[in-house]
Amino acid sequence: MDAGTWRGIFTVVMLLLFVGICIWAYSSRRRSDFDEAARLPLEPDGESIPPAGDAGRTEH
Amino acid sequence: MEKSQTYNDTVVRQFAVMTVVWGIVGMAVGVLIAAQLIWPSLNMDLPWLHFGRLRPLHTNAVIFAFGGCALFATSYYVVQRTCHVRLFAGPLAAFTFWGWQLVIVLAAVTLPLGLTQGKEYAELIWPIDVLITVVWVAYAIVFFGTIATRRVKHIYVANWFYAAFIITVALLHVVNSLAIPVGALQSYPIYAGVVDAMVQWWYGHNAVGFFLTAGFLGMMYYFVPKQAGRPVYSYRLSVVHFWALISIYMWAGPHHLHYTTLPDWAQSLGMVFSLMLLAPSWGGMINGIMTLSGAWHKLRSDPILKFMIVSLSFYGMSTFEGPMMSIKTVNALSHYTDWTIGHVHSGALGWVAMISMGSLYTLVPRVFGRESMYSEKAIDLHFWVSTIGVVLYIASMWIAGVMQGLMWRAVNVDGTLTYSFIESLKATYPYYGVRLLGGSLFLVGTLIMAWNVWKTIAGGERNAVQAVTEPA
Repeated sequence: MDAGTWRGIFTVVMLLLFVGICIWAYSSRRRSDFDEAARLPLEPDGESIPPAGDAGRTEH
Repeated sequence: MEKSQTYNDTVVRQFAVMTVVWGIVGMAVGVLIAAQLIWPSLNMDLPWLHFGRLRPLHTNAVIFAFGGCALFATSYYVVQRTCHVRLFAGPLAAFTFWGWQLVIVLAAVTLPLGLTQGKEYAELIWPIDVLITVVWVAYAIVFFGTIATRRVKHIYVANWFYAAFIITVALLHVVNSLAIPVGALQSYPIYAGVVDAMVQWWYGHNAVGFFLTAGFLGMMYYFVPKQAGRPVYSYRLSVVHFWALISIYMWAGPHHLHYTTLPDWAQSLGMVFSLMLLAPSWGGMINGIMTLSGAWHKLRSDPILKFMIVSLSFYGMSTFEGPMMSIKTVNALSHYTDWTIGHVHSGALGWVAMISMGSLYTLVPRVFGRESMYSEKAIDLHFWVSTIGVVLYIASMWIAGVMQGLMWRAVNVDGTLTYSFIESLKATYPYYGVRLLGGSLFLVGTLIMAWNVWKTIAGGERNAVQAVTEPA
């Protein structure tokens, strides 16, 4: 087979892959995982640790 | 260990502050060269202040210094928060900060000296290119190391966009900068002729797609929900948005080479892929804006959200305009005119700068241990000044560009050109004046932001430390 045929096959494979991603993303089985993931930015900020002088610094 | 783990916000703070500093520098150079187009003598007859040398300094400073620092700061913040883990390889993260600042300083020295590779947006000479590569590999190790050590199962969508940005920029930078050094300051590219042009615009347009779009979409997917207090409109759309965008962007570059010696099929391919880009771009824009659905009232009271939503509107506008301009017949009118400059700034000021500013207003108080920015009124003022600035800038360049295109193509009945080039230049002067005003307003907005950030830091905690939150 020549290069053109391979490129044609490759294009079809990429197209099917993309359709597959769409079906996967919109399947109802993904819903709860996605809902959970979507809440990640909404979590409260990390608890502030008062820097108690250089000796007590927790950052390392 | 787990109990005492804290976020590494030192590097975030450093990059956040330098975003503002380099923003002022890059925009000030932009204002200067806009003024030079009206008053050429502003180059003081010095070679170092010549438009041809300062223009790449402006583009490098706003894209890689201002935009780059904003991407480093937000990606380091976002990846830690959404992975519930401290940044991987702290010393390496510090190296990316100092290394990137060194790259910027070297650019600011070499470009006015006239040391350049002559490739647009890839002007820096080979030793700096090598340094960029080393810093970028360190960035990738820090970012992907953090993702690899994450304590939540899912990799949040913002991180996917940042990841694509980091990987692709590495690839683009290395392939486009391949050159044979013939001295410490000089090299020759390994490509020649039309292949060189194609590689250059494969790089150039993907710099737009992955540096100026994918990275900032990562920002959008974290900071818009954060500021709005609502999850993104559709998470599943964000997944499709990601894969569609990164698959299509790669092939859009040839639209920069319409009607050149590039093979015709490659030009048409670039045009078709550019047109297809409209779909994922608008999918992402709608996803961002609709995040506010049901909470539109917040737009009235929250100037940070105004920044974000207006930036998404500019994103929608420029990603509609871009595909239109890639159509060969439209490009025949628009190419080489100031319309292109208008289009670029609609994206760069309207979208990239404004989403960065909105995100920084969310991020800065958090990493400096404050409840909010020092002055909310100043944010609102900044918003209006910069929005008016962008509108003046792009409207004047649209009119100037279409006018230039029409004047250059006008022919008399005997086939001779109706206008000389200098006549079109003379007709453009008033619009250069409006553009200078618009750009200056945008710079004033950034100065207002700098003052606000300064006051926020002064009243905040410079070494604020936050504990890593336990995964839910």
